[in-house]
Amino acid sequence: MKKSALGILAAGTALLTPLAASAQTEIQFWHAFTGRLGELVAAQVEDFNASQDTYTVTATHKGNYSETLNAGIAAFRAGEQPHVLMVFEVGTATMMAAGGAVRPVYQVMEDSGAAFDPDAYIGAVKGYYTTTDGQMLSLPFNSSTPVLWVNRDRLEGAGIDPDVDLTTWNQVEEVLDQLAEAGEECPLVTAWQSWIHLENLSAYHDVPFASQENGFAGTDTELMLNGEVQVAHISKMGEWADEGKFIYTGRRNEGGANFRSGECALFTESSAGYAGIKAEAEFDFDVRPLPYWEGAGNAPQNTIIGGASLWVMEGHEAEDYAGVGEFLSYLSSTPVQAQWHQDTGYLPITAAAGEATREAGFYDENPGTDVAVTQMTRNEPTANSKGIRLGSFDQIRGIIDEELEGVWAGDKSAQEALDSAKERGDQLLRRFERAAN
Amino acid sequence: MEKRVTFKGWVLPLLLIAPQAIISAVFFFYPAGQAVWQSLFIPDPFGLSKQFVGLENFQYLLSDPYYRASFVTTAIFSGLVTLCSMVPALFLAVLADRLIKGAGTYRTLLIWPYAVAPAVAGVLWLFMFNTRVGVVSWYLGQLGYDWNHVLNDGEAMGLVVIASSWGRISYNFLFFFAALQAVPKSIIEAAAIDGAHFWRRFFTIVLPLLSPTTFFLLVVNVVYSFFETFGVIHTITGGGPQQATTILVYKVFSDGFVGQDLGSSSAQSVILLLVVGALTVLQFKVLEKRVHY
Repeated sequence: MKKSALGILAAGTALLTPLAASAQTEIQFWHAFTGRLGELVAAQVEDFNASQDTYTVTATHKGNYSETLNAGIAAFRAGEQPHVLMVFEVGTATMMAAGGAVRPVYQVMEDSGAAFDPDAYIGAVKGYYTTTDGQMLSLPFNSSTPVLWVNRDRLEGAGIDPDVDLTTWNQVEEVLDQLAEAGEECPLVTAWQSWIHLENLSAYHDVPFASQENGFAGTDTELMLNGEVQVAHISKMGEWADEGKFIYTGRRNEGGANFRSGECALFTESSAGYAGIKAEAEFDFDVRPLPYWEGAGNAPQNTIIGGASLWVMEGHEAEDYAGVGEFLSYLSSTPVQAQWHQDTGYLPITAAAGEATREAGFYDENPGTDVAVTQMTRNEPTANSKGIRLGSFDQIRGIIDEELEGVWAGDKSAQEALDSAKERGDQLLRRFERAAN
Repeated sequence: MEKRVTFKGWVLPLLLIAPQAIISAVFFFYPAGQAVWQSLFIPDPFGLSKQFVGLENFQYLLSDPYYRASFVTTAIFSGLVTLCSMVPALFLAVLADRLIKGAGTYRTLLIWPYAVAPAVAGVLWLFMFNTRVGVVSWYLGQLGYDWNHVLNDGEAMGLVVIASSWGRISYNFLFFFAALQAVPKSIIEAAAIDGAHFWRRFFTIVLPLLSPTTFFLLVVNVVYSFFETFGVIHTITGGGPQQATTILVYKVFSDGFVGQDLGSSSAQSVILLLVVGALTVLQFKVLEKRVHY
């Protein structure tokens, strides 16, 4: 009964469609952006639709990153998947393991014949989403990297030169001591603790976060986040937490509110925090590269990205994929990328877009906006700094958060917490390995 | 002799129970059956492949010390939520029952919080106890108490218990209030004439007469605290700090929708189903004997 009613409806729509709409091929694009970012995506899509009349891209917001990924998975199971799905960087391994569900971007571009030069993309950005032999699996869309935000007024208030060198954590520690002595209540705060203080810390010091090239070389990977460099850093942060020099505010970016209101002196956060800080901060701020430990590992190597990439889903008509190719090619074009980079604070995905931004004088007018680009591209990425590709990574981050909270609360030593994080995370990796193979 | 009404044919009775039977089958038996079936596999998230592993998912879970610890957390949490939502509700109902003027307003105001969805209630409470801008945490700070549920597990548990119980007090209030109205006034008056004071009358007459309602609410509230408190935990603590507020149902969500591990998630649903089932049977076996209808 219900089925036949649906059948009639479907038949009706099928008959009506060619009359109602033009003969354009529709391309579904599911993303996770709201607010200002949502508007910017909508503008890009509109612009693409206006630029040609063969394809129409329909962009749909599907909730936050996790919700968008889950919506994509559920849709695939029901045979209703979109053409293009935005997936955050921690979902990369999940998407890669789904061989029959996704079509690699390099293949889409090859088949579609749209303009595509893999070498145009910045190595440290695309590296996260390419195979070990350099094939691009998904198109980097929004990428950022952690930097150090400084409230210059707070430093000055505590009698510290606001131009003080904060290149290394050793130097930061001295400043934290001075801030605490001056009675500052929030010397240092952070967002995304696992991403910044473990994942990026490892890449920046060129030490592994996980075996098998951080998971790039295979799913039989184990966490190595309890190495010397990581334990020393977390141990130091634990000390700072105990002494009131590092204030823990939560697992996500809760600390942003503390920094933007002017309470905190130093803040480790994504470079994409720029728009928010610029809009809200009523103090003199500045952006510095993420600090590193002098003499530890190979620092400074390069930091890695966070953000999302666009995956092409399987199961559509061949001509649809030609349209997808055109759309991805449009998104990668220099003017679109340069605009996106300047509007959002996200990194440009091509070197040309960065160059165009520099030539337009954007970096001179907005000092500090190029810090992230320089920091990402300062060295050719190594096996340890290309990115991290682990199954169940979102959940592993949850485990890391739990263990780190043990350190900040003084319940566990850094070594105990990271050993435990490794043990618990490895169990999830083994389950993922079995599900994927 | 009991008088029984009987139907003449089969058609009408079947038609009458059909809606309930169909709803139960579609929304309960079918999904529950699916969960049991899926708990025997390790599938890939996209449904492209799955491998049969028998009871290995259960073995994996039960050998995990964090999962076992979650049982204790759940027991503490649901015990506290049940207590904190029933005792104040009964107290308020007794007070409302004695009101002569303005009883309607008072009742309406008390029922209001029930209209707030758990996730929204979570956000409201989180805002009041926010370590930086929260009103309550500010006053506590003035009193010299440094509130920090982000790192202090006892405070985190306290906060999710309050947020989960708050809206529930209204629901329980409604039932207690209705039950109180049904207590025969003549018995109370007779006891009063015999010289029994208010609390004496309450504990020896009213409370026993309320026992069917109390029992019903106990069962319903335990089930509520096991399942429906998910929204509160998700918005306030996300299961933290460490694993202080990771109750069983939160772990089902986190394995299924954060980790995309549907095998483990299904196995946990099955375990949860068995636990709640066993608990309800236990309540009926042990407590119902002491309930007087």
